Amino acid sequence: MENILSVRNLSTYFYMDEGVVAAVDDVSFDLSPKEVLGIVGETGSGKSVTVKSIMRLIKHPGKIVSGQIIYKGQDIMRFDEKEMYRIRGKEISMVFQDPMTSLNPLYTIGDQLMETIIQHQKVSKEEAYKRAVEMLGMVQIPEPEKRMKSYPFEFSGGMRQRVVIAIALSCNPSILIADEPTTALDVTIQAQILDLMKDLQQRLGTAMIFITHDLGVIASMAHRIIVMYGGKQIEVGSSDDVFYNPAHPYTHMLLRSIPRIDRKIDRLEPIPGQPPRMIDIPKVCPFLPRCPRNVDECNQKIPDMIEISQGHFVRCFNPVGGGN
Amino acid sequence: MLKYIGRRLIISLPELLIISLMIFLIMYAAPGDFLDQYRLDPSVSPQRLKAMEEEFGLNKPAIVQYLTWLKNVLKGNLGYSFYYRRPVSTLIWERVAATLILSLISLASSWILGIALGVFTALKKYSIGDKIMTFLAFGFVAIPEFFLGLVLLYFAAKTGWFPISGMKSVYYSSLSTWERFKDILWHLILPATALSLGSFAGLMRYMRGSLLDVLNEDYVVFARAKGMPERVVIFKHAMRNAINPMITFLGFSISGLLGGALFVENVFGWPGMGRLVYQALIQQDMYIVMASGLISAVLLVAGNLVADILLALVDPRVRLS
Repeated sequence: MENILSVRNLSTYFYMDEGVVAAVDDVSFDLSPKEVLGIVGETGSGKSVTVKSIMRLIKHPGKIVSGQIIYKGQDIMRFDEKEMYRIRGKEISMVFQDPMTSLNPLYTIGDQLMETIIQHQKVSKEEAYKRAVEMLGMVQIPEPEKRMKSYPFEFSGGMRQRVVIAIALSCNPSILIADEPTTALDVTIQAQILDLMKDLQQRLGTAMIFITHDLGVIASMAHRIIVMYGGKQIEVGSSDDVFYNPAHPYTHMLLRSIPRIDRKIDRLEPIPGQPPRMIDIPKVCPFLPRCPRNVDECNQKIPDMIEISQGHFVRCFNPVGGGN
Repeated sequence: MLKYIGRRLIISLPELLIISLMIFLIMYAAPGDFLDQYRLDPSVSPQRLKAMEEEFGLNKPAIVQYLTWLKNVLKGNLGYSFYYRRPVSTLIWERVAATLILSLISLASSWILGIALGVFTALKKYSIGDKIMTFLAFGFVAIPEFFLGLVLLYFAAKTGWFPISGMKSVYYSSLSTWERFKDILWHLILPATALSLGSFAGLMRYMRGSLLDVLNEDYVVFARAKGMPERVVIFKHAMRNAINPMITFLGFSISGLLGGALFVENVFGWPGMGRLVYQALIQQDMYIVMASGLISAVLLVAGNLVADILLALVDPRVRLS
């Protein structure tokens, strides 16, 4: 199947007073239509910066230093700001982490929904209103007509995230990017929002990039998973590959450090050491200082992504299980 | 909304009562009697003194005096000035126009410039323009008004471009209406500049900080991610949120409208309230001081009310909860 989005060698650096932070370093991946792609990684691994780069929402002191972002055959890295207005919200939409702060407190839900619809679609105010009510109904907000006039502060966190999802989906985007959409919610609401997103994704056939640091969340959502560490992709594969045959030592150790329902683990093993300091890192594997499986080659260069089985890539000289 | 305004108005009544009582008590506690000057003046007859004691209820206890004063104030009688030997209300009324012209012009110019340049410097953060404005702003905040006034006076005296004192030229009465307007404006430029530069600089820095804070908010990023053009992101989503904290400021500015600018009015010989009150304080001309204190209090309450109403208009969280 033709890819709807291809990211090629994307690098985004932040030029801080203390030095250069390679927040995203040489990331490449493809997304096919209707696919759900998960990106997992700990805080600071470059997940959010990756998707913000795709949306071209990186602000000073950050800068996309290289790479191509090919959306439906066009490299949107070459687009100017005006052309990006037509991509954002219409072709590629985004849902943010904290629903408590992603809606403007001074405008009604209806206003914020309708402005998006009117911005991207040639419709009258009446049609935009109808469409907005329809969207609120779709994300299962009761009494949508009445809720159009409500302000965000009158909504709970879960309800606000539903509104944010309604706004993001209101112009039928081809890709929905969800940046930790459930992190700020409590567990019961998390499950409801995840169900809603899964349901809408299947119903509308939207391709999705789903970011999280919660492996349990990603397992239920994604077809394919990218594991990131220190700004780099270190493992890419199907959900099954990553969960049942993790090849990179980091993924392997990460899975042993979380409780699982499907497997009995005597005790959880934390990964020793600290996440890498991201300033002026040497050109070696970022996991090297914490890795028990390091070999001589690790001190010399960064390994390339190698395909160890069909569609399962890993960036390691000494992968777990020899790559099988 | 009307209910909200009504509630605020009702709350402000006891506020004003308490403030007026405190002004009275402070004045009452001050040493001396405001009739001492008259008692020392042989041209004032004992009968007249008695009549005045009677009129203001001076021979009665403090609480009765306060209530009498309050009754007089409510009737529009603010008392009598010893120095000018005229009613305080007439004296103040004569100066209101001069003070209002000066304070309204400097209020408007400092707010318009402050907001506009605050937005500009926030959007062009760390540019050359921003750095120059920041440097100037700290300068203007640091320089005292009266010193700035003196520098401007020196400038006026050296160049002869501006008058150095007063509000009207000597030949004012022979001018046509349009020329009178221009004459006052010409006299106004320097004192208004001296008065507004400091507050303009403060407002500009405040607006810049407020907008920069808001520009980092998630809803601004989300508005961009929705594909809203930058113009809409800034002026619809960011600006209204950034203006919010400024509105409370505006309330305070309103309270200063009639107080007069003490230093600037004295430096430029501007015939406003500031000079009147200053002289009254020195000469213990108490009813003028009390009246001016009361006016400031009324304006403070009114300013806060205006700010609260504006805030409620802008922010649904204030309006609905």
